Amino acid sequence: MFARFLRSSVISTNTSTRRLIGSLVIVEHSEGKCEPVNLNAISAAKKFGEVCCLVAGFKCGKISEEVASVSGVTRVLVADDVFYENGIAEKLTPLVLAAQSKVTASHLVVGCSTFGRDLLPRVAAKLHVSPINDVIAIHSVDTFQRPIYAGNALVTLKSLDPIKCLTIRATAFPPTTTTNDKPAPIEPISAPSSDAVGAEAMNLAEFVSVERHKSDRPELTAANIVISGGRGLKSGDNFKLLYDLADKLNAAVGASRAAVDAGFVPNDMQIGQTGKIVAPKLYIAVGISGAIQHLAGMKDSKL
Amino acid sequence: MSAGLRILVGCKRVIDYAVKVRVRPDAAGVVTDGVKHSVNPFDEIAVEEAIRMKENKIAADILAFNFGTSKGQEVLRTALAMGADRALQIEVDEAVGQMLEPLHVSEVLEKVVRDEKIDLVILGKQAIDNDAVQVGQMLAARLGWPQATFASKITKEGDNLIVVREIDGGLSTIKVRLPAVVTTDLRLNQPRYATLPNIMKAKKKPMVVKKLSELGIELKPHLQVIKVEDPPVRSGGIKVDSVESLVSKLKEKGVIA
Repeated sequence: MFARFLRSSVISTNTSTRRLIGSLVIVEHSEGKCEPVNLNAISAAKKFGEVCCLVAGFKCGKISEEVASVSGVTRVLVADDVFYENGIAEKLTPLVLAAQSKVTASHLVVGCSTFGRDLLPRVAAKLHVSPINDVIAIHSVDTFQRPIYAGNALVTLKSLDPIKCLTIRATAFPPTTTTNDKPAPIEPISAPSSDAVGAEAMNLAEFVSVERHKSDRPELTAANIVISGGRGLKSGDNFKLLYDLADKLNAAVGASRAAVDAGFVPNDMQIGQTGKIVAPKLYIAVGISGAIQHLAGMKDSKL
Repeated sequence: MSAGLRILVGCKRVIDYAVKVRVRPDAAGVVTDGVKHSVNPFDEIAVEEAIRMKENKIAADILAFNFGTSKGQEVLRTALAMGADRALQIEVDEAVGQMLEPLHVSEVLEKVVRDEKIDLVILGKQAIDNDAVQVGQMLAARLGWPQATFASKITKEGDNLIVVREIDGGLSTIKVRLPAVVTTDLRLNQPRYATLPNIMKAKKKPMVVKKLSELGIELKPHLQVIKVEDPPVRSGGIKVDSVESLVSKLKEKGVIA
């Protein structure tokens, strides 16, 4: 099955006389809303020419329209089916491959979120190409920069693959603007669900439930000001001090691993190498020693 | 599968997490000679999880796996001392070891998983050296297995695993059919320390070392490293003596109103 995919993708890319140019951006959304990271991903994708977006989900008509009106997007493919609800990588992969062979993009692009990092390597493996994670700079169509060793070194890589699979670090690319003057055409797309791949994908993984941590404060990765607490805060109750300050500044609240491990705050507030990466205008660290792993997540902050 | 899972755990040897890495003057990589190395922290969590599954009679056999230079055998000894049953290393020389990409690791793992009739693969969500976050997903794709990435809780329910995953907005729970690939997040467990008696016992546990060529796999590079460099240096900051002067400085800069 893998071989079959490989063969079909190679035929559609290598033996075609069409020059591969342009990118396919896989749109991330949850609870009926487009994630802000898509705008950064589209902004990066524009560097490769035409931008086609793939929206997969259930009842995602509104989201596709939203995506179609984003500046620079020239085409939107929509797979609206309950099968694609909740972004399960096993179910989305055959669809992404189908979309790729339809638009023959040279670049597959997705934001470097937990969604993008879960899905894209699976797609890349099916295409038999090496994906590049957490791209912070695009030097040319095949040369990219990314951080390694928790951001303590930057590597410039040249991809030798016919199709480049990239996850984009949101904070390294400004979000593209949303304009409504000339929306891109929206076309439906479906994966060959009748074949073995689709049938297999049916049973591999199922969504059970999700527990989202609600907050009225700005989203951590998009906030202008971030206030973070560490072990020095001593208890979860003391985080209230940070919340109060955050409310005054309209800031998001983050945390170090120590604060998360001690149970002061939920894990999705963790900033660092293995948590979220932020680059706000102002980052206020309270009771945080500044370990390498924490710095990796915030050292591109302006102040 | 009902007789207990055969688990493979990945163990990568990386520069210790507490070491401040230095970029090589020739810009070809970072300095690794004479630098402290240890098991990738996420892989330790994977080993611990497999051991707990064995203690709970879910697992029957734990194979610790490393792919790299002969030095990788050190981290396999650590995994054996923690409680893995046996170890397998696929050895390559220094030059090949430096060019390994997640794609190559997943290719080798696929072969090993099939040969060893593995039911469950537990890997770290990422290696703290290349920060790629890819091997588990790529392996799952190659095998046609489901993947449960960034796991913070794993429970077995019949022929399925119920996995709680750490996602951006909170936690998501999925059900994956076995055989499967799981990658660990930090919150999955607290890895145990290997005790001295267990370290001694680990020396007697079986460790098989195979050359890559014995697997009949040839690797070709998909990525070419152009250069490795230091990140831009930040200029030194200032210390303020009171909250008032901090706030006024921030206002001067225009970051707060």
